[in-house]
Amino acid sequence: MSTQTPETETETETEPEAESGASAAPDHQQRRMDEKRARAEARDDAAAQAATEFEGETVELKVFRYDPEVEGKEEPRFDSFTVPFEKGMTVLDALIFARDEYDSSLTFRHSCRQAVCGSDAFFINGSQQLGCQTQMGDLEWPVRVEPLPHQDVVKDLVVEMDHFYDQMESVQPFFDPDELPDGELDEQRQSRENREHIKLSTRCIWCGACMSSCNIAAGDNQYLGPAAINKAYRFYMDEREGEQKRQERLEIIEQEHGVWRCQTQFSCTEVCPKDIPLTEHIQELKREAVKENLKFW
Amino acid sequence: MSESYDRGLVEDFGRWTEFSAGMWAWVFHKFTGWVLVGYLFTHISVLSTSLQGAQAYNNTLSGLESLAVVRILEVGLLAVAVFHILNGIRLLFVDLGVGLEAQDKSFYASLVLTGVIVVASVPTFLTGAF
Ligand code: HEM
Ligand code: SF4
Ligand code: FES
Repeated sequence: MSTQTPETETETETEPEAESGASAAPDHQQRRMDEKRARAEARDDAAAQAATEFEGETVELKVFRYDPEVEGKEEPRFDSFTVPFEKGMTVLDALIFARDEYDSSLTFRHSCRQAVCGSDAFFINGSQQLGCQTQMGDLEWPVRVEPLPHQDVVKDLVVEMDHFYDQMESVQPFFDPDELPDGELDEQRQSRENREHIKLSTRCIWCGACMSSCNIAAGDNQYLGPAAINKAYRFYMDEREGEQKRQERLEIIEQEHGVWRCQTQFSCTEVCPKDIPLTEHIQELKREAVKENLKFW
Repeated sequence: MSESYDRGLVEDFGRWTEFSAGMWAWVFHKFTGWVLVGYLFTHISVLSTSLQGAQAYNNTLSGLESLAVVRILEVGLLAVAVFHILNGIRLLFVDLGVGLEAQDKSFYASLVLTGVIVVASVPTFLTGAF
């Protein structure tokens, strides 16, 4: 993926007149071997040159490295990579360049490259962002890329996501209506207003940026976290949700490690790559919980 | 399974230079709240000297007020109280879901207003202190 292809060397081999006589053969062989080696070296030098010297602008990428399985790499450190800058280059592009051109052991998750799969949330220049959604041009250089804070690091930029997924599952993120429409093929309609109400909450891509940014989630491992609460909001606010499920869901939301842990620091809302107003949703659920508990009629 | 690396405290308050408005508001609110609780105790103990008679109370108070340090601490107390009240009002709005988009601006406004009020109070607190 190098922008500069190493120059293809021109054929320089000049075959001298073959000397006759068997005794000359080893010498000839020797000379050919030497020439070959020299050419190979020149080629390697040129390739190395091409890989480290770029025309135009370059940007320095400082990447967190850690590999518990390789001796000498168990101590976390930062590696620097010089990457040719192109207009429109994302942090993910730069990481891919570094991996492909310099160090194939550099490990990070990515898939869609278009902010849909949620697999490449990193800690970029001190805030949680998707690598594929963040322009190198918008960042301060050198760009520092670290794995998401508050999650255990498995290797380099790869963090343990199990706990985050567990929290997401714990709010029972599925639709459970009381009554089904009569006809087998009937749709379960939702009003436009209701759709608007939950629209933003449906955008979550499970990237974990919000959870990683949350100071409370860091201190309380049982805290549901912004994404899970937002997921609960998505179903709780859906007018088609069954009454039974609504009550159950409210109990999950207002448990000790639920919405009341939120201290409105707004960190999650600020980092969410899908611009979900997480704090707003959490606050709305807090008010729902209070209203529900004040209902004595 | 590979062992994973825990980056420890560096992840939290070691990152204070990267905190955003909402986070600072939270830190300051906790801090000022607990300073106010602390003040409540000293306040009660100073006021209780009146139990030993009017003269004892007057002596204690004039003694304290003649100390420059106490005067300066009073300015600090005002700053802490004013910020806590203003940010407390901001938090009430946040709880009501009003103006969440402007939560950072309202925090800065609380800070600036606190600053203005504190500066305006300096003559009252410090005249004759030195
Ligand atoms: C008009 C005056 C006041 C207002 C509007 C106010 C408002 C608030 C609000 C809204 C909170 C909740 C913060 C949150 O959501 O986490 C809070 C927390 C707190 N307040 Fe006040 N407050 C006032 C006066 C005081 C006073 C006089 C004291 C001390 C005696 C105090 C001590 C605290 C403390 C310690 C906390 C933190 C509690 C915690 O750890 O969560 N406040 N204040
Ligand atoms: S709420 Fe936003 S930050 Fe949190 S997991 Fe979903 S998309 Fe990511
Ligand atoms: S690679 Fe899919 S979200 Fe970035």
